[in-house]
Amino acid sequence: MYRIILTRLAQGLLTLLLASMIIFGATEILPGDVAEAILGQSRTEEALATLREEMGLNRPAIVRYFDWLGGMVQGDLGTSLATKRPVADMIESRMWNTLRLALLAAAISVPLSLALGLWSAMRAGGKVDKTLAMTTLALIAVPEFFIGLILMKVFAVELKWLSASANTRPYFDFWQNFRALALPVATLSFAVLAHMMRMTRSSVINIFTSPYMEMAALKGLPKRRLVVRHALPNALSPILTVIALNLSYMVSGVIIVETVFGVPGLTRLLVDGVTLRDIPLIQACAMIFGAVYILLNLLADVLSIMANPRLRYPK
Amino acid sequence: MSDILTIKNLRVEGRPPGGAYVPIVKGVSLNVAKGEVLALIGESGSGKSTISLASMGFARPGCRIAGGEIWLNGRDIMKLSPHERHALRGDEVSYVAQSAAASFNPALRIGKQVIEAPLWHGAGDAATLTAAAVDLYRKLDLPNPDTVDEKFPHQVSGGQLQRLMAAMAMSCGPDLLILDEPTTALDVTTQIEVLKAFKDLIRDQGTAAIYVTHDLAVVAQVADRILVLKNGEMVEKGPTAQILHDPQHEYTRTLMDAVRPAPHLVDHVDASAAQAPVISARNITAGYGALTILSDVSVDVPAASVVGVIGESGCGKSTLARVVAGLTPLREGELMLDGKVAAPSVKDRPRDTLKDCQIVFQMADTALNPRQRIGDILGRPLEFYQGLKGRARADKVGDLLEQVDLPRSFASRFPGELSGGQKQRINLARALAADPKVILCDEVTSALDTVVAAGVIELLKSLKDKLGVAYMFISHDLSTVASFADEVVVLYAGRVVEKGPSKGVFSPPFHPYTRLLLSSVPEMRQGWLEGVADTGEAKAASAGSVIIGAKGCPFANRCTHVIAGTCDSITPPLRDLPGGLSVACHLDADALPRT
Amino acid sequence: MSDATELPTPRASIFAGLRLTWTAAIAGSVLLFWLILALFGPWIAPHGEAEIISGTTFAPIGEGGLLGTDKLGRDVFSRLIYGVRTTLLLALITTVISFAFGVTLGFAAAILKGWFDIVVSRIVEAFMAFPSTLLALVVIGAFGTSITVLVLTVGLVLSTSVFRVSRALGYDIGVMDFVEAARARGEGTWWILTREILPNSMAPLIAEFGLRFTFSILFLSGLSFLGLGVQEPAADWGLMVQENVGGLFLGSSAALIPAACIASLTVSMNLLVDWFQQRQQGETVLEKIDQ
Repeated sequence: MYRIILTRLAQGLLTLLLASMIIFGATEILPGDVAEAILGQSRTEEALATLREEMGLNRPAIVRYFDWLGGMVQGDLGTSLATKRPVADMIESRMWNTLRLALLAAAISVPLSLALGLWSAMRAGGKVDKTLAMTTLALIAVPEFFIGLILMKVFAVELKWLSASANTRPYFDFWQNFRALALPVATLSFAVLAHMMRMTRSSVINIFTSPYMEMAALKGLPKRRLVVRHALPNALSPILTVIALNLSYMVSGVIIVETVFGVPGLTRLLVDGVTLRDIPLIQACAMIFGAVYILLNLLADVLSIMANPRLRYPK
Repeated sequence: MSDILTIKNLRVEGRPPGGAYVPIVKGVSLNVAKGEVLALIGESGSGKSTISLASMGFARPGCRIAGGEIWLNGRDIMKLSPHERHALRGDEVSYVAQSAAASFNPALRIGKQVIEAPLWHGAGDAATLTAAAVDLYRKLDLPNPDTVDEKFPHQVSGGQLQRLMAAMAMSCGPDLLILDEPTTALDVTTQIEVLKAFKDLIRDQGTAAIYVTHDLAVVAQVADRILVLKNGEMVEKGPTAQILHDPQHEYTRTLMDAVRPAPHLVDHVDASAAQAPVISARNITAGYGALTILSDVSVDVPAASVVGVIGESGCGKSTLARVVAGLTPLREGELMLDGKVAAPSVKDRPRDTLKDCQIVFQMADTALNPRQRIGDILGRPLEFYQGLKGRARADKVGDLLEQVDLPRSFASRFPGELSGGQKQRINLARALAADPKVILCDEVTSALDTVVAAGVIELLKSLKDKLGVAYMFISHDLSTVASFADEVVVLYAGRVVEKGPSKGVFSPPFHPYTRLLLSSVPEMRQGWLEGVADTGEAKAASAGSVIIGAKGCPFANRCTHVIAGTCDSITPPLRDLPGGLSVACHLDADALPRT
Repeated sequence: MSDATELPTPRASIFAGLRLTWTAAIAGSVLLFWLILALFGPWIAPHGEAEIISGTTFAPIGEGGLLGTDKLGRDVFSRLIYGVRTTLLLALITTVISFAFGVTLGFAAAILKGWFDIVVSRIVEAFMAFPSTLLALVVIGAFGTSITVLVLTVGLVLSTSVFRVSRALGYDIGVMDFVEAARARGEGTWWILTREILPNSMAPLIAEFGLRFTFSILFLSGLSFLGLGVQEPAADWGLMVQENVGGLFLGSSAALIPAACIASLTVSMNLLVDWFQQRQQGETVLEKIDQ
């Protein structure tokens, strides 16, 4: 089993490397370069040449790639073109906001979707199941900003219970934080919840059609026991995969949610960086997101491998 | 009454997804007395499995019990509430399925699953039940009875798992045991141990049993009474001896004939020196990736003859067919088709070579493209090899269909509209479309019902007579091969252990493995099982498992005649014996087993 | 064991065994409605796409135009109609592009196997390592917001999923006996791909097309909402939502209406795909315990 895990780890690192190449490559093929962006309109050929020399832009792309990569690994994320501050500083202050949002949404949506998915799988075809199916279908088909806007309209504009802006201050008490964060967290949770619930349901139903489930039923065991003692242990692996897949939705969702509710987070930084063509910032942010996603997927894979008795206890 | 189970006029309906209910069981009545074993015999679609499940009041998803009375232990269980009915499963009546691997939960340890039913029903605490289970393991002759509880299902072999499933079913002390084709998926040599174990256990505990199977010979060993079913209706019932030796109904007689076809043994093959053998494989070594399946295999198929290749699962017979067809390139050795050297891979063979050798697969369902009409499936090879188009092609397609005894109108149908036997005939017709010299039949009847399979074999025989086509007939079913083949090749763990004319192979002297194989085929007489299961040979055979790629003789670890020091280090060469027979064994010709 | 009571299927059509349900009928009608609007829109719309019809911005429903006016005083109703064409057209083009790439590469990987498969799979995995919005952000950020870049980017993002589905199909079908039989006959790779594998992949691929189409609509509108998609003054539904958000606080539904329209499109498409895949919803063993 350890061999398989190590192989998977190696694969993950390889993917991370490839991802970094893609990021670097994407920003590399820009017409014009950093030097032009800095000097702007008032650039002369001489000034450009000197600046390029200084910044080392004349070196071949591969060298610059490794330079950048090396810097990344050591914690030097480059310098922002727009603000001239180290990117690492800019990210640090924003990271927590995004992280908080994501963690809260995950904490709510993951257990809830697993429970609901399991419940509707147990009552497949029944009224509860059909209702939940329609609801989740609606939720995944509706754009996230729509959900966010509706929630905002109802709870912030009409009822005025919650805040439309997610700006929090360190001195906020619990309720103020709650009022500020409730809407963005809810929006993010809804979308992810819907996807995860559907996938959990179909994974679990899939397990119900396995022959060993029939055998267990023929032992006279009641439904609850069948589901908990027989289906669930086999569902760990597919469920972990489901959760990992949905992390992607989560990250995409965070971008939208931060925009709708004005959360001062990492994705806003990225979007602004994109608008301003702030290359180092884009590269650093993209790399962080990519790394987090790859690592989380890796974790899910490894846990999935460990949950499989065939691999844990080989012949 | 002393009957454990009485079923009166059972009706069960089933429906395909999105369709309407159709009757599957149409009014069947039966009874099982205390301690008695009743066998339900029939082909697929006879409803035998459905009836056996109905004795628990259970219908599979998509089916429902539509009517009739089911009296278990003096109560009509159809009148109980679903909850009460469910409570007697795993308590008064329990079930042994066809596939043990599919019945055990791969995520839970064996011990937990074995005592789960009685524990749940309150028959005792975990400690007592576990001790009783270990006792059962001993009775079932399982190796390592004290430690097997801790293992996971994938860590245990198929035959052992099947016996563990019997232990699981018996652990709750049921009054009625349902065995649903429990040995069908096992190799012939494993089947014996398992059958004996089941039989002893049932007798020991005085349990009544329903034994569902399609194999009459197996039934002869375990059943007291037999009920023959066809299309959801009872055809005949009676004591085992009567059904076996004096069947009244015509269908029963057809079934008997199909199960044990008359052997047709040939004692020598005219190796017509004029014609080169259509297949000549020399010293073939082949495998997949790092795995070597076949080692040093040499087989010849003379023109217009039938060479049977027999062996159990994993011996490499299918790989041999694939190597000859070029689907799996050989690693070492040489292959000649119709006297010309054939490239190892199908991609490198010219069309002429390809058309001479055609292959027919085991699973008729997956061998035909479901989205192509029969006319196109058969027409393509005609176009590909002979360049026929349009009218000429359509006519020839019709001819091919007639050749395999199917109506010409089938050309416009899709495979999904055909039955299993019909599909296999189409497979055959497709092979014939190329006008081949030899057809590789890879277990072509193994997935078919016995009667249907017999029909296909008859077809193969008549085609051989009419067209002079040769066959390499691969099968694990010895009786079929004995009725059909001119020469026989016995494979074990990827090596040829014996080959020669069919009479020579099936009569003494034998290679020890051939002897084991032949003695493992259940005979249709009662008492055979007892005779064969307790021999030293059977015990030695179950002591080890098949090892591929071992040093020396591959059968050494299971052979009663093993010579220490020789058999486990030096691979025995194929030696020629009188009568065209070749045996790969270190024993002298007169020391070879004879009985 | 086969034979006897197998119920024959009268036609091996992909649509065999499907019966129109209420939900499917409604979903189909909605899609049809939008399609007709897309085709005949310009003749029905009372005003032009960028025409300013009123001095009142964010006029509520009924005043100014049928559905009110937007932030610049343009007719929401007309812009909605012009928006359908943009939305549907873009979604269609991007999905087609994704299939062109995804299916070709996917089947190729399944058939050629070996190095090709390993390399392409790793690259696709690396692309999938990015949440789609992120990837689009980076690419569009680098290349600008022209329609070509937009369409190609979205097409690329969609193609990763199509690749995975095609590759899995290619492998699953590729190992079936009838494909082996074709290989044994000596058929070439192209023939096997187009005549053996592809026809058997149609059903799952059609379902995947529907799903990608839906995702494309959502994705494009999301990008427009972020300012990276279709640019002003074009009438794109996602853009309309974004530019009229301010009106939300003023009691205007100019942002909600286009959002609702997007929702109607995607929900209908999802329902249709569900219906198409809904052949085998049999009972499970759990239900049989209760009988």
